[in-house]
Amino acid sequence: MNNPYIVLPVILQLFIAILLMFSWSSKNIQKLISVTGSLIALVISLLLLIKVDNEGIQIMQAGGWEAPFGITFVADTFSALLVLLTAIAGLAVSVYSVGSVRNARIKFGYFPIFHLLIMGLSGAFLTGDIFNLYVWFEIIIISSFVLLTLGGEKAQIEGAIKYVTMNLLASVIFLTAIAILYGLTGSLNMADLSLRVAEIENRGLVNVTAILFLVGFGIKSAVFPLYFWLPASYHTPPPAISAIFGGLLTKVGVYAMLRVFTLIFIPDTFLSTVIMVIAIFTILSGGIGALIQNNIRKVFSYLIICHIGFMLAGLGVYSTLAIAGAIFYLVHDIIVKTNLFMVSGLIFKFKGTYSMRLLGGFYKEHPKMSLLMAIPLFSLVGIPPLSGFWGKLLMIQGAIDQSNMLVVFFIILGSFLTLFIIARLWSEVFWKDGPELPEKKHIKYYNALKPLKRKAMVGSIVFLSLISLGIGFGAEWVMRLSIKIAENLMDPTLYIQAVLGN
Amino acid sequence: MKTIIFKTASVYLLPLLLLFSIFILLRGHYLPGGGFVGGLMASIAFVIHSFANGIEKTKNIMSIHPGFLMPVGLLLALASGALPLFFGESFMTGLWMENAVPVIGSVGTALFFDTGVYLVVIGVTLTIIFTISEGL
Repeated sequence: MNNPYIVLPVILQLFIAILLMFSWSSKNIQKLISVTGSLIALVISLLLLIKVDNEGIQIMQAGGWEAPFGITFVADTFSALLVLLTAIAGLAVSVYSVGSVRNARIKFGYFPIFHLLIMGLSGAFLTGDIFNLYVWFEIIIISSFVLLTLGGEKAQIEGAIKYVTMNLLASVIFLTAIAILYGLTGSLNMADLSLRVAEIENRGLVNVTAILFLVGFGIKSAVFPLYFWLPASYHTPPPAISAIFGGLLTKVGVYAMLRVFTLIFIPDTFLSTVIMVIAIFTILSGGIGALIQNNIRKVFSYLIICHIGFMLAGLGVYSTLAIAGAIFYLVHDIIVKTNLFMVSGLIFKFKGTYSMRLLGGFYKEHPKMSLLMAIPLFSLVGIPPLSGFWGKLLMIQGAIDQSNMLVVFFIILGSFLTLFIIARLWSEVFWKDGPELPEKKHIKYYNALKPLKRKAMVGSIVFLSLISLGIGFGAEWVMRLSIKIAENLMDPTLYIQAVLGN
Repeated sequence: MKTIIFKTASVYLLPLLLLFSIFILLRGHYLPGGGFVGGLMASIAFVIHSFANGIEKTKNIMSIHPGFLMPVGLLLALASGALPLFFGESFMTGLWMENAVPVIGSVGTALFFDTGVYLVVIGVTLTIIFTISEGL
């Protein structure tokens, strides 16, 4: 159904960014605009999801050019759900930034760039055109590059160089793949491509293109063996920025993979085996990498990789149930990873360090705060009925149905690794008696913050923890959505009909 | 670069180049040109002036900070894209006035979008160049 208003989440973010640029010099007004704007974005995205869920796929032809000639924006349940999650994470990080981002960074345009990043993410989820997807990826990279280097500390620049090099390489590969695909089919519209790629007789060339897409998206979502830029860079910027990176950036890659490999390239045995092998190695390398880390933000960075492996495994199994599991896990992961990086920032505000060896005694000193932090940590492990459990359950069910015991084994192994890592983190940071830490002069500790800033930091963590709990306890609702999305992904006729008409 | 010839010429070049940049901006819809090239040309006009007379003088004649042009231009471009939404049309659909305006030609949302690009380009280029040369 034609609906010109589905681009509102994108336009709104740009509008917020422009308003923020107008109030460049006043940091308080910027904070106000950012938080109010993110709230409005949340409401709009929620309305969009409800509308799409009730009335089916909504499309918009940009500029009124009919598909497949113009750029189509498509809001199906998958896109709308991810836009909603982006808005939720965006709101949380925006509120968290009010409390935690230093004035110097705000003066250099932290908030406008942050909203441009959210705009890029929403655009990438909503577009139905493969080249347009590339453009949104570029917007995401450029704004994330600025956010990563804002402040210009040495570690930041070092991380940013690795980050940008790898991501630009990924973009080049992605662009090459698009060019080949365009050469093969003469179309860029994803629904149209879905029909045309199926007709190509030279399957070898199609598979090569598919692999190019896999490599491009794989680098962006940090899968084995091209993940090393992620742990090298995600622990360097301020926690608010790592939160939005950890929560959403790699997930765009996963979204793109789920979309492209269900709509355009239907994996044959070869491709699904490749995806599965990569997934297994990703789970292993992320899990084992996290084991030896001492910096809690690095631990979380490696855990991102490990859990990207889960979602990829769901795609590799390629059954409705497994993909539904991957989508459920994606929903859970976006919220939890964003929350965990914010938690690590809060711990830093209390203790002045990220090192697990130096941290300790947190539970004794701040029991209520520890209880709050336990929610995202245990959700990540997936202790039933918390949110991480259901996605894995679906994936394992799906894998067993396909009698794919290897994937079942590695998902369970990955879960155990996560459990072990989080248990170690819990005992190191919260239970063990930590050494007395010297007060560092350049750090503004939690107790020195204004009450409003403290409330902003804790409030955003409470908000995301509540949503995590909501996903866990309201699993039936999310599961219905995930299964509906997976069914629509596996049988894209509805999508194609919505975009191209009959 | 403080020769008298260059200094004198720069005073006349500034309005000429600005006029020419607007000409390029306006002809850009069907012929080569447009907001981006026009914007670059306009910023070159200011850069030449600053080479000849020093950045302080150029800043004085500009009277607003060039960085301010960025959000103004973005807002103009966004508004011209979003305007069709109020008529129930898709984002970025071209809306045109029925009668052509003398000299300019037909006026539509595309013109305002291009003008937005023009302003953003001037804003960005001048901000970058001024910031770099201040650091020297």
